[in-house]
Amino acid sequence: MSETVVLAGGTVVDADGERRADVRIDQSRGKIVEVGAELDVTGSEILDVSGAYVMPGLVDVHAHLRQPGREEAETVETGARCAALGGYTAVVAMPNTTPAIDCAAVVREVLQLGSSAPCDVHASGAVTVDRAGEALAPMAEMAALGVHLFTDDGAGVQDPGLMRRAMEYARDLGVTLAQHCEVDALAAGGHMHEGEWSVRLGIPGQPAESEELMVARDLMLARLTGARIHIQHVSTAASVAMVRAAKADGLAVTAEATTHHFTLTHAECASYSPLFKVAPPLRTDADVAAIRTGLADGTIDAVATDHAPHTQESKELPFEQAPPGMLGLETALALAMTHLGIPMTELVQRMSVGPARIAGLAEVHGRPVAGGEPANLCVVDPGATWTVDPNQTASRSRNTPYGGWTLQGRVVHTVLHGELVVANGEARR
Amino acid sequence: MSGLLTAGQLGSSDVETLFDLADSFLEVSSRRMPKVPALKGKTVVSLFFEDSTRTRLSFETAAKRLSADVMTFPVASSSVNKGESVRDTIETVDAMGIDALVVRHRCAGVPHQIAGWTSASVINAGDGAHEHPTQALLDAFTMRQHFGSVAGLRVAIVGDVRHSRVARSNVALLASLGAEITLVAPSTLLPATLDGWPVTVSTSLDEVLGVVDVVYLLRMQTERMREHLVPSLREYRMRFGLTSERAALMKPGAVIMHPGPMNRGVEIGGEVAELPNALVVDQVRNGVAVRMAVLFWLLGSGGHQTDQPSELAEVDREGAADV
Repeated sequence: MSETVVLAGGTVVDADGERRADVRIDQSRGKIVEVGAELDVTGSEILDVSGAYVMPGLVDVHAHLRQPGREEAETVETGARCAALGGYTAVVAMPNTTPAIDCAAVVREVLQLGSSAPCDVHASGAVTVDRAGEALAPMAEMAALGVHLFTDDGAGVQDPGLMRRAMEYARDLGVTLAQHCEVDALAAGGHMHEGEWSVRLGIPGQPAESEELMVARDLMLARLTGARIHIQHVSTAASVAMVRAAKADGLAVTAEATTHHFTLTHAECASYSPLFKVAPPLRTDADVAAIRTGLADGTIDAVATDHAPHTQESKELPFEQAPPGMLGLETALALAMTHLGIPMTELVQRMSVGPARIAGLAEVHGRPVAGGEPANLCVVDPGATWTVDPNQTASRSRNTPYGGWTLQGRVVHTVLHGELVVANGEARR
Repeated sequence: MSGLLTAGQLGSSDVETLFDLADSFLEVSSRRMPKVPALKGKTVVSLFFEDSTRTRLSFETAAKRLSADVMTFPVASSSVNKGESVRDTIETVDAMGIDALVVRHRCAGVPHQIAGWTSASVINAGDGAHEHPTQALLDAFTMRQHFGSVAGLRVAIVGDVRHSRVARSNVALLASLGAEITLVAPSTLLPATLDGWPVTVSTSLDEVLGVVDVVYLLRMQTERMREHLVPSLREYRMRFGLTSERAALMKPGAVIMHPGPMNRGVEIGGEVAELPNALVVDQVRNGVAVRMAVLFWLLGSGGHQTDQPSELAEVDREGAADV
């Protein structure tokens, strides 16, 4: 039995560009041995990947794995399997679990649950105790366990005084504060984007400004404190513009946008299907265009999934009562390849290199495909088309809004630390 | 079409058909024995997740006058209150074999969702801030009855348009029938955008009082103060309440309408509802006839029909016993 495997005949694509090359992986050491055209494959297992791209494994800075507490919707294991099938080799689990990931004990639990998962599972930590927005969570004890992103995701930190102190404290620790930007008082319980569709449908809306006000506030506080901040799921044109201006000013700010915010608009809510209810809400055509531009020019550093599993029952509630969120890990790469219209080398930046940096994982993920590097890879066939079937997901939930969509680009293999965790589109663990 | 979910789904010929049917059913309702066997053997279930005694009674009266079997799903005391999902409830009711579901819910879109889970006709009896199509039909029918035609009427809809399903359905229906609509409210009580709405807007009731044919008052909910939409009911009454003094400034021949229930002393002066040009009682009476028309149109033999149906003959003695 050979210890090395060669991904043969593919096109390697990473931050340095595209090139025809074979990739030899040492499975036991979890490393790439060498990369080059026409490698000598004697003594190695050969995996024919001709026609496919071999790229660094994807990294998601924003996934809800629901464990502990909501295991009927997802577990760390099933969520990580979705991730592996989607080409991801690392995900950051959001802290809005029950209990919340707001102390070392819960961080340890999540990391333990993820230790045998087919994808590296990292935990984010809450900024405030129980995500209640009232008292700082013990960030240092969580940072000591490797937590790099802190967020109360699902809610924004409403109190600007508290947010200022959180930034100052986080700066000392060298960690990044991530924010779900939504001013509750202005959102006022709105369940979708406020505009012509919310008015027509009679569903209470929330204005774009409820996001933008907090983006503006946090950019100002970042300037005040010198903290490194990350804006989660940017969804409006004005938010993109503010992030662009802040970067031009030299602020240490990064941003992510989700696949649904560059593929869907508020018009989808006309079906009254809670599958299209998400926070922040689906916005206008102009916002979608701005998100795409922001991803193309690098204003937005990362595509995130905001993978948010919810049970069938909860997604059959009235729109106004259903929880927000949609699945994303298995469809993100194909949606980006089909609808984003940016070159593969840029896609690698937004889906692997950029998010790995944001999550503090740049030593292990989002690396060049080169000899000596960790063997965390995604192999995707750009010529393969497939139709999304909600019943075929590896998630415990079925709440994808893309059922019936035909997408271009299918993940064939995922390699995690040298191990083929997904082979020919099938999860091996 | 298997149900009535929005006013906008009705074409002008549908509305004419419904109004002609409602005329016949008004005649039926005036009989000594106000009952016809038109929907004998049909089952109508009222499913009110949000309480509304008057709307439910109106629908149930309408269905009974058509000799349908009528059942009230007791939401408050049922499994719904024990956590059963709406879908499970619908599938349970559906399995019993029913013909129509009359649905009221405090959330927009629930009748749409339910229509996907049942083969019965779904009639929207009010969903959140979305629509209340039979209310709009009975309002337009009342205007037509009083003025002869809706086309060309100038209608002011006054009050909390933002949260009002009645306003949304009325704007859609009245505009399609050729009325000119003015919404009268402070901006806080108007929808976030009126792009595409066939209306004009005024923030002064006094400015429109003298020129409109219909002053249609919306119910003012007391919780709106907590949402910072108006400072107080007193100030609302001062600017938008139809007091006796204001009613006296209305154009001669103009009428006052209200979907009920009224907050006397807030949007409508205590004695204004009793004025001879207040059509509130006509609205209620017409409501039964219009809902009979809707039920018959959806469930009557052969589906939607325009001919005077034979089912409108006097009910036989056997049927009469059911009253």
